[in-house]
Amino acid sequence: MKPPLDEETRARNRRSLVIALGLAAFVVLVFVITLTRLGGEVANRPL
Amino acid sequence: MIEASAPVRPAARWQDYVQLLKPRVMSLVVFTGLTGLVCAGKPISPLLGVVAVFCIAVGAGASAAFNMWFDADIDAKMKRTRARPIPAGRVQGADALGLGITLTLLSCLTMYLAVGWLAASLLAFTIFFYAVVYTMWLKRSTPQNIVIGGLAGALPPVIGWAAASHTAPLNAWLLCLIIFMWTPPHFWALSLYTSADYGKAGVPMGPVVWGAGKTRAHILVYSLLLIPVCQLPLFTGLGGMIYAAVSAPGGLVFLLLAWRLWRSKAGDGGAVGEDGLYEVKAGSKDARNLFAYSILYLTGLFAALLAEHLIGLAPGIPF
Repeated sequence: MKPPLDEETRARNRRSLVIALGLAAFVVLVFVITLTRLGGEVANRPL
Repeated sequence: MIEASAPVRPAARWQDYVQLLKPRVMSLVVFTGLTGLVCAGKPISPLLGVVAVFCIAVGAGASAAFNMWFDADIDAKMKRTRARPIPAGRVQGADALGLGITLTLLSCLTMYLAVGWLAASLLAFTIFFYAVVYTMWLKRSTPQNIVIGGLAGALPPVIGWAAASHTAPLNAWLLCLIIFMWTPPHFWALSLYTSADYGKAGVPMGPVVWGAGKTRAHILVYSLLLIPVCQLPLFTGLGGMIYAAVSAPGGLVFLLLAWRLWRSKAGDGGAVGEDGLYEVKAGSKDARNLFAYSILYLTGLFAALLAEHLIGLAPGIPF
């Protein structure tokens, strides 16, 4: 199989990095939204 | 022996994917969505407000990606759009489609988690309307494409309002109506001097189907309807003195420019279309003037509302 071009590989790596960062940001966003919406209720819940 | 190799496709960069989202359109959507959110006048966590506006922006980006995917064939025929990532061969259509689907799901899901079902549903409907009703159906079939399709661009303030208040009252729909009525004169003015491009691509914009004269008359009629609509917030408690200072005199200037365009010969004898957005024939200057001013007017109206509600000068009669 013909190896991919260097430039193509670099571009693909950068794209993969941006996708990975985007997914990580989405996870953090959902976490922060959950905390914000729950607010103080987290501390007040029955144990 | 030397093997004949297939032409090498330029490698897509992440910036090409950003271009698929039409960032300039996103910025207008962010502005109108933020105005709706602020005008709702309900307390919302700043973080959730930012997330809601971000979701509106991402939803607009998803719509743009669907549009770029579906319209790649006509984009390749128009000078204004042929350098876009898909017709230029930098991104494959299937990738743009995948990006559109992914961003639609993420933006609607996040909107639901952050502020609730009403804003999320309105966002999903907006994306559907732009991608399916406008792009896939109306754009290629009728010169009324931008009249009906304009609803998609007009909905972000309603989404913003719903994000803050979980309701969509009359005043939210009034913001929608202003953008809805503004869209036809804005785009038809543009199409008067880019119609050669649209005609070549087979897109039935007004000047291509009706001719320039009838399009100029349509612009005048819609402008005569738009300006009274822009004064309505003064009577529903949405707009105050600052808004009045922008909407009334600014509306008169709008009407003057529409009148001058109607009396001009803009678009007659074929529009230029090949020389870019702001290089127009002398006869089409009136079309360019109205197009440019329409952006300024809409921005002024929404900026006035935003300022009034941020500094507490809005009348605040609930509707």
